[in-house]
Amino acid sequence: MNNPYFDLLMWARGPGFDIALIIFAAGMVIRVVEILVLGRKSDKAPAKGSPVGQGIRTVFSRSIPRKGLINYAPVTYLGGYIFHLGFFIALFFFGPHLSLFDSIFGFSHWWPEALSFQWPSFGRVIIESATALAILALIALMYSRLTDPVRRAISTFDDYLVWLLCVLPLASGYVAVNKLFGDPTLMLALHILSVELLMIAFPFTKLTHAVTFVLSRYYNGAIQGRKGAES
Amino acid sequence: MAPKPMLPELMQAHGISRRGFLKYCASLTSLMALPPLMAPRVAHALETAARPSVIWLSFQECTGCTESLTRSHSPTIEDLIFNAVSLDYHHTLQAASGHAAEAAREQAMKDHWGKYLLVVDGSIPVGNPGFSCIAGISNLDMLKETAAGAAAIVSVGTCAAFGGIPHADPNPTGAVAVSEIITDKPIINVPGCPPIPVVMSGVLAHFLTFGIPALDELGRPKAFYGETIHDRCYRRPFYDKGLFAEGFDDEGAREGWCLYKLGCKGPTTKSVCATVKWNNGTSFPIEAGHPCLGCTEPDFWDNGGFYKPLSVPAGDYRKYGLAAIGAGAVAGVAGAALARAGKARAAAAHENVDAHDLEK
Repeated sequence: MNNPYFDLLMWARGPGFDIALIIFAAGMVIRVVEILVLGRKSDKAPAKGSPVGQGIRTVFSRSIPRKGLINYAPVTYLGGYIFHLGFFIALFFFGPHLSLFDSIFGFSHWWPEALSFQWPSFGRVIIESATALAILALIALMYSRLTDPVRRAISTFDDYLVWLLCVLPLASGYVAVNKLFGDPTLMLALHILSVELLMIAFPFTKLTHAVTFVLSRYYNGAIQGRKGAES
Repeated sequence: MAPKPMLPELMQAHGISRRGFLKYCASLTSLMALPPLMAPRVAHALETAARPSVIWLSFQECTGCTESLTRSHSPTIEDLIFNAVSLDYHHTLQAASGHAAEAAREQAMKDHWGKYLLVVDGSIPVGNPGFSCIAGISNLDMLKETAAGAAAIVSVGTCAAFGGIPHADPNPTGAVAVSEIITDKPIINVPGCPPIPVVMSGVLAHFLTFGIPALDELGRPKAFYGETIHDRCYRRPFYDKGLFAEGFDDEGAREGWCLYKLGCKGPTTKSVCATVKWNNGTSFPIEAGHPCLGCTEPDFWDNGGFYKPLSVPAGDYRKYGLAAIGAGAVAGVAGAALARAGKARAAAAHENVDAHDLEK
């Protein structure tokens, strides 16, 4: 006799994860290697400043919001920050997720002793508040996307797909941990499957910015730095 | 078989007071999620039960289920519940053996045809019926023959309920659960490896007093398999605080923190272990410092490893991941090289055009 929920969970933890990981890892490496190998057109003009310092600085400085943005686009400003921070906290500070990273990167298995650290996991209040706020932020962002005529006009299918793929793991994780409804095993399986969908879509959508933002910011900063300008 | 004394006489013989018996009935009533007013009815039904005939068949099993039930803090009232029925056939417990034992089974079946309760522990091999026989009769034949006249079947233990350990990959004997062979009788699954004694006696008492209890989609009584161990675990506050034992001998383990990272299956396992506990309410596996194995769930042996956390992939993902990174790097270089070659070709094919050419 089988429990179909357990079969689904085991598929999600087994072949499902393998498939998602292969597509995610290969796809992201292709994207980044392509960008690096293609490089940028060499600038023949004499350099007036350091490209490297300005490039590295820009990678970080562009995480700080522009002045006046809060008045100009309050939903994008607040929603954007809350979603990114909430998603980051839920992903990297929930205990069971740490087990996953430990298992993949092997912090406690094959790293040198000095490097085999694990950062602490947060408690339920922080994780669940972060998750709930991230979901609310995503809802607000979607509302503004649908009601603002300009934003609506420039939205593509990808934008809606990526939004859905980000909401599903947050919502299913919240439901699974709190046992809000459904069988706990089924909800855990659905949560893992939703993350696998996100992983599969990652290299082919604007989600790649989670990695490529470093490259684009560096290039932007380096170009300005070489000209002796600030970016 | 000589007639057995009724329950009140047995209680007297074991020095159990009527007050003790009523207390037991009250706790059994609450355990079975029945309204408190039902307690006197449970007591009355147990005292005056018509002592239904019970035939207990043991197939591919380890006798752990019988051990669990009979060794429960002897002498208990659970034992006496066992005596409230007329156990007419049980390998391990009966004195008779060989043909005499089989004759007892056949006699009981004939005398109580259509009314006896069939209890099964162990799975049934269908790969080759000869893999497991009793008195020259294959398990499959004996189950079919005995089930034909049963009022209901109780599958005790995970082997009988879901196939259990014999069913584990690669399942060399083709072991299956009772419910995969018998489809025309009511079946109560009481999984666990072994099940908690009071759960077994509780199901038996429910059957004697009110008939078949409410069952979940896996055929388990909802009263005992309605909630996960995780939800009732005394270590749950540590999970909520994000405090986990990382090993069996680290600070977290000594402090009694959550065992999730050591592979605990509590979040996906439905059982009353955390509340009813074992050995007369002493403790349960998690309290003893070991993660839950999930033994009340089907295929628990194959559900990704006992010491792997539920959030960790169960497959050979690391090998695939490294291969994907290598293949991705090669494909990325190749893609970029193709793009560069295309750019170079385009540059080579470029023709300079001036104003005179355009006027032509």
